Amino acid sequence: MLSRRNPQLNTNGELVHLLSIEGLPRAVLTHILDTAGSFLSVNEREVKKVPLLRGKSVFNLFFENSTRTRTTFEIAAKRLSADVLNLDIARSSTAKGESLLDTIANLSAMHADLFVVRHSESGAPYLIARHCAPHVHVINAGDGRHAHPTQGLLDMYTIRHYKRDFSNLTVAVVGDIVHSRVARSDIHALTTLGVPEIRAVGPKTLVPGDLREMGVRVCHDMVEGVRGADVIIMLRLQNERMTGGMLPSAGEFFKNFGLTPEKLALAKPDAIVMHPGPINRGVEIDSAVADGRQSVILPQVTFGIAVRMAVMSIVAGG
Amino acid sequence: MTLPDTPSTPASPGGLALDAEALYLELLRAVRPLMQPDTALVGVWSGGAWLAERLQRDLGRAGDVGVITSRMHRDDFGSRGLGGSADPTRLPFEVDGRPILLVDDVLFTGRTVRAVINELFDFGRPARVMLAVLVDRGGRELPVAADASAARVSLPASQRLSLARAADGRFTFALEERR
Repeated sequence: MLSRRNPQLNTNGELVHLLSIEGLPRAVLTHILDTAGSFLSVNEREVKKVPLLRGKSVFNLFFENSTRTRTTFEIAAKRLSADVLNLDIARSSTAKGESLLDTIANLSAMHADLFVVRHSESGAPYLIARHCAPHVHVINAGDGRHAHPTQGLLDMYTIRHYKRDFSNLTVAVVGDIVHSRVARSDIHALTTLGVPEIRAVGPKTLVPGDLREMGVRVCHDMVEGVRGADVIIMLRLQNERMTGGMLPSAGEFFKNFGLTPEKLALAKPDAIVMHPGPINRGVEIDSAVADGRQSVILPQVTFGIAVRMAVMSIVAGG
Repeated sequence: MTLPDTPSTPASPGGLALDAEALYLELLRAVRPLMQPDTALVGVWSGGAWLAERLQRDLGRAGDVGVITSRMHRDDFGSRGLGGSADPTRLPFEVDGRPILLVDDVLFTGRTVRAVINELFDFGRPARVMLAVLVDRGGRELPVAADASAARVSLPASQRLSLARAADGRFTFALEERR
């Protein structure tokens, strides 16, 4: 039985689907982060596998391409002993005209237990969660411009790992915020976890002004945006959006909003630099920063596996 | 081995008189003959970990004890999920070829012991695994037995017995009705 107020929670307030960070209570986020901590050590054992999802089938449904996210979900599910099926839906049934819900009904008939869904349409994972059987769980792996909750959670895990606590932090999210589901998930998570200063930094065309209503400080100047920050989250400049006249050129963007060692020096000396990947060197981030001592971009990937193991075992347990 | 058996310990519901400190001293005596020079103590989170720490100290052994949790191998994951938080397993020594003494506060169905043995083997192949518990309350659902226990009591299945540790390190037993 799903809660009326939030389709991700059952009537006991337990997480049964992960669709968006928006609307999840702080206790649920903290529980996921704590659980991820215990899975992190599984990845360092001689036997990197635990039997929690033995006998369960996880279907990775990627209606939109993504190598890294699909791979880390696959590794996470396999380390929980699930059977994993990767369906490259973009090139199969949908191309033949099958509707989303028909695809899901067919896969459910194959006894799927958990769907990991990436879709270019915002809300597609909600539609699936509403129509699947009660024992089936859905995890959103990125839907349109709406949400990418596991990326948001692994970003929070990374911040907590390096900064211990959220209550005194200044976090700058920099770049193409308007198109970014990562930015939206990060901002919701940072807000819920009590980060006192969240900055959205980028050109006017790429930073929606209504973020101010969420308590976010909007900065159209990079110097102001990164000064004194504890955490800088750089976003990928989505090259495919460049044609829409939203930006003069990639070179121009780098000059104003690219993270260089000089701009990073304005942040706190122990500031960390994050990026959801894939990075565009010389477009949003300088190589010296991406490979520098303050960069935690590769640890983010490692933490991502533990966070995805935690989410899968929490939704599928009980 | 001969183990001090105290079947006469009063264990009537509501009037349980288990002196955890006295039983601890009993356990300390009982585990001595089980220890080889390279035996590693591994406490089951959380009560067993407290016991293992104190045994390590009182046995005059150097180094940190291991802490192990049943969480990743529980057989009731499908109905109960992961449950609350637990410290992750930490085994600060090589498990391969090592004699291991598992320590827990209460031995009941044996399911936790089964799960932590599976967990232990994810880290290597121990030479031998033994089990020491403060209290054996019977009610086994698996073929598991302790190599050392300080007391045997009989309790209704509806009651949950667990160890508590005060700020000064002293042990007491807590008895509550299962929900």
